[in-house]
Amino acid sequence: MFVAIFTISLMAGVFGLILGYAAIRFKVEGNPIVDQIDALLPQTQCGQCTYAGCRPYAEAIANGEAPINQCPPGGQATIVALASLLDTEVLDLNAEHGEHLEVPLLAVIDEQTCIGCTLCIQACPVDAILGAAKQMHTVIADECTGCELCLPPCPVDCIDMVPTEQSIDDWKWSAPLDPLELAQDA
Amino acid sequence: MLKLHNIHGGLRLEGHKAESLQRGLLQATLPERLFLPLRQHIGDHNKPQAEIGERVLKGQVIASDSALICAAVHAPTSGTISAIENYPVAHPSGKTDTCIVIDVDGDDKAVEPILADLENLTPGEKIELICRAGIVGLGGAVFPTSPKLSRGKVQGIDTLIINGVECEPYITCDDILMRFNAAEVIRATGYLQRILAPRTTYIAIEDNKPEAIAAMAQALTQHPLQNTEITPIPTIYPSGGEKQLVQILTGKEVPHGQLAFDIGLFCQNVGTCAAITRALEKDEPLISRVVTITGDNIAQPGNWEARLGTPISHLIELAGGYRHDASGHLVMGGSMMGFALSGNEVPIVKASNCIMVMREETIPTSPGYHDECIRCSKCTEVCPAQLLPQQLYWHARARAYERTQEFHLFDCIECGCCSTVCPSRIPLVQYYRAAKSEIRAAQKAQFKSDHARLRFEFREKRLQLKKQQDEERRRLKREALQKKNTRPGNEKPMADPVQAALDRVKARKKLAQED
Amino acid sequence: MTSVVVSSPYVTQGNTLKRLMIQVIIALLPGTIAYAWYFGPGVIINICLAVLLALAFEAGILKLRAKPVMPHLTDFSAVVAAWLFALCLPMHTPWWLVLVGIGFTMVAGKHLYGGLGFNPFNPAMVGYVVLLISFPREMTTWYLPSSVSGETLSLSEALAYTFRGADIQQWDALSSATPLDQVKTAVAQGITVGEIRLSPVFGEYGGKGWEWIAFWWFIGGLWLLATRTIRWHIPVALLGAVLAMSLIFYLVNPETYTSPLFHLLSGAVIIGAFFIATDPVTAATTDTGRIYYGLLIGCLIYVIRVWGGYPDGVAFAVLLANMCVPLIDYYTQPRVYGEK
Repeated sequence: MFVAIFTISLMAGVFGLILGYAAIRFKVEGNPIVDQIDALLPQTQCGQCTYAGCRPYAEAIANGEAPINQCPPGGQATIVALASLLDTEVLDLNAEHGEHLEVPLLAVIDEQTCIGCTLCIQACPVDAILGAAKQMHTVIADECTGCELCLPPCPVDCIDMVPTEQSIDDWKWSAPLDPLELAQDA
Repeated sequence: MLKLHNIHGGLRLEGHKAESLQRGLLQATLPERLFLPLRQHIGDHNKPQAEIGERVLKGQVIASDSALICAAVHAPTSGTISAIENYPVAHPSGKTDTCIVIDVDGDDKAVEPILADLENLTPGEKIELICRAGIVGLGGAVFPTSPKLSRGKVQGIDTLIINGVECEPYITCDDILMRFNAAEVIRATGYLQRILAPRTTYIAIEDNKPEAIAAMAQALTQHPLQNTEITPIPTIYPSGGEKQLVQILTGKEVPHGQLAFDIGLFCQNVGTCAAITRALEKDEPLISRVVTITGDNIAQPGNWEARLGTPISHLIELAGGYRHDASGHLVMGGSMMGFALSGNEVPIVKASNCIMVMREETIPTSPGYHDECIRCSKCTEVCPAQLLPQQLYWHARARAYERTQEFHLFDCIECGCCSTVCPSRIPLVQYYRAAKSEIRAAQKAQFKSDHARLRFEFREKRLQLKKQQDEERRRLKREALQKKNTRPGNEKPMADPVQAALDRVKARKKLAQED
Repeated sequence: MTSVVVSSPYVTQGNTLKRLMIQVIIALLPGTIAYAWYFGPGVIINICLAVLLALAFEAGILKLRAKPVMPHLTDFSAVVAAWLFALCLPMHTPWWLVLVGIGFTMVAGKHLYGGLGFNPFNPAMVGYVVLLISFPREMTTWYLPSSVSGETLSLSEALAYTFRGADIQQWDALSSATPLDQVKTAVAQGITVGEIRLSPVFGEYGGKGWEWIAFWWFIGGLWLLATRTIRWHIPVALLGAVLAMSLIFYLVNPETYTSPLFHLLSGAVIIGAFFIATDPVTAATTDTGRIYYGLLIGCLIYVIRVWGGYPDGVAFAVLLANMCVPLIDYYTQPRVYGEK
């Protein structure tokens, strides 16, 4: 019996040392899962998920504080990708945080009304607004992500959200209808 | 005689070709207006090079792009540009695109041709002429021809293949071209040989086209070429696809992610060849092509040489109009890979090899009920790309796009063999096309979001830096102030500069009052 | 004209599920007629009963699942499954046995997995195995062919037994173990194969009557191959494996191990090779995979027959191989065009 106790204790000790060594030797700096989650988020920094941007939301997901279905700009595709990455269940988009727009919106400044106050420039998270104090402001359409963070600061409410034009190159083939759905009409 | 190889899979299909071969090659009359889309090739849109109201001559460049001048659009006839606007185009989406509208004046006056001394032109100069003629691959892929030739010349071409196979049912434009314009095709083969210097040349024609083979053989005896043979190949769909044709003629497979010219093989469609001859010999740009008008709903099917931009309605009229009623569909292309058009106002473009005018019953408008997959693997038997269509179907249906790519979704040539044999009538190709669209859209979105992240992170850094600089400046100022206030050797504290300034102002005011 | 939702291709080759299933039924006819010729009308009653019950079960389940009933019933997949199931049963079985078996076939073997195309296990084999394990007495009561027993059951007598449980008067004369069963028990008792073969139950190569039925299954199988309803990989691999294994052991010791022809012509090997193992839904899907699948079933059949607990091992072999199909498919993916 003592032989058994001794053997098991010895094995426990050896494995414990190996684990301890591995924990130090192979330690990964930072939290790579946060980067991976952040890579899947749409980077609009809009805050609709109730976090201060995409990276804080990614960190919250990594910590298990937030569910994966709070990002309206990402939509169901992002939820599916996150579920696949984290090996969790696919949820439906939480409608409390907003709805997913199929056609993204772009901000457009009404130049007749703009007073050149630069408040929207300071608000834009991707520096998509061009302008300076007392100069005309304009949104660079290619850089605008449709986050709408420029709307609240504008004192004269001169920014409109306009649906982007879907060109012929944006068209997608539609998948065939699921046989089960078709069957119910048949 | 060349020893031929087999492709994997493939199908023997009913050709439906006889009806459109009865009347030879007809010349289409000019319509009243021509509609030229700004983009008729693989690549970005061209920009208009002429203005509304301008009179243009036949062969004049009306749209081009500085980045890729080799796919320019030329005016097919003389006339006045009446509009540059959105108009329905030949695209599966049925959407509109920017087109240049020419009101035809009927004179058909051409730009003065500059005839080149072909014997003394270098290959590079010949490629330049082909470039300026706006020639693209007329087999359906509409890839600009001159960059392909330049690249081929650089890589070195061992075998030139002239593709007269035309394997898809209903399409007969290449057959007719070879029967009636064989000499043009043969001369183009000669020009291509002088540009690329291949060791051998094969002119591949399916064996269901004996008249075309005879015509081409006769043209070849009249205009002999070195190391060139006409190679009839068995009639199996899709032998005409570049990858499959390469495999049939040489037994080699084009490796993943590469094209035929990467392994020393150069394929050119016979229609493109005829266009090359016209460009080199007559300085005529690509302004017309042979179009097959066929189907079970057209009165007199046939082949017409039509100017680009001709509305299909004009050609339907030339072909005797609808046999039944106009409620059916128009399909551009053949019955295996074609796509339905939004209406008969759509104009002919460089890619329009065939227009099928079909009855409503023959082409369904809405997807019917289909059975479930029974895993019979008939699709796997017929796939020429040796894929597993069944696995692609399961994963595309489940939207597991990463898995579809593991099964090589983008190697699918969308030939349609799998859908044709499926006993459950599953629309397989539509699943693959939808999956490919979704993957491309997701890649675009990913690119955009990565870019937005970079901008956001840069902005954060910029603001951080500004904050640091502000703090640094403030710190330095504070230190400077402290130094000033406590200068060594001076017991008396410095006069408060603000107070001193206020005193100065008061004193000046007093002085002003006293004055 | 509206834009079309449906993409090309706009042609089909005319294949439908119904046509496929009808070809299978045509191929089953010669063997079924031979079966009835040798063993009486019992098998026909079983088939009719099984088919009717299968269609009823399928209609019921489809209604419960809110799916359209007629398109699914008319693709004849239930008919084929029921026919194959009925052929596995002894010729005279009580009606409730068929009911339970078909119930498991259609419900547990097919629809609980999602219906046609989704079941991993061969439904007919699922039903048969459930019966074999749950009702061993009824399922192991086999009968002699009329040429051996000299007795036949009339249609009314067969119906009476099936539906009313009436005693079969000729029971003593008729009932007997199958040739495979006889071989298994006799060999276990130490009797040599040569002596076993002298029994009147044995014909030229296999069991009397059974060998002819196997021949007609083979003809049906050739019909399936000729009409390209099935491909050659599974039958050739399966029969090849049975042939190879039985040949090896027969050459080693012909007294204890029966000849290859006996194995091929007895039991459900031929019908299994062409009709049961080739069920597309549950078989491997790649060509190489199918060969491995067939080889696996063939080896398992022989192993179960000789060293296992049952006289015939086709059903269990098929079910065991069904379990291996996803693995086989994963490791036998063909080379794609352009890949090294």
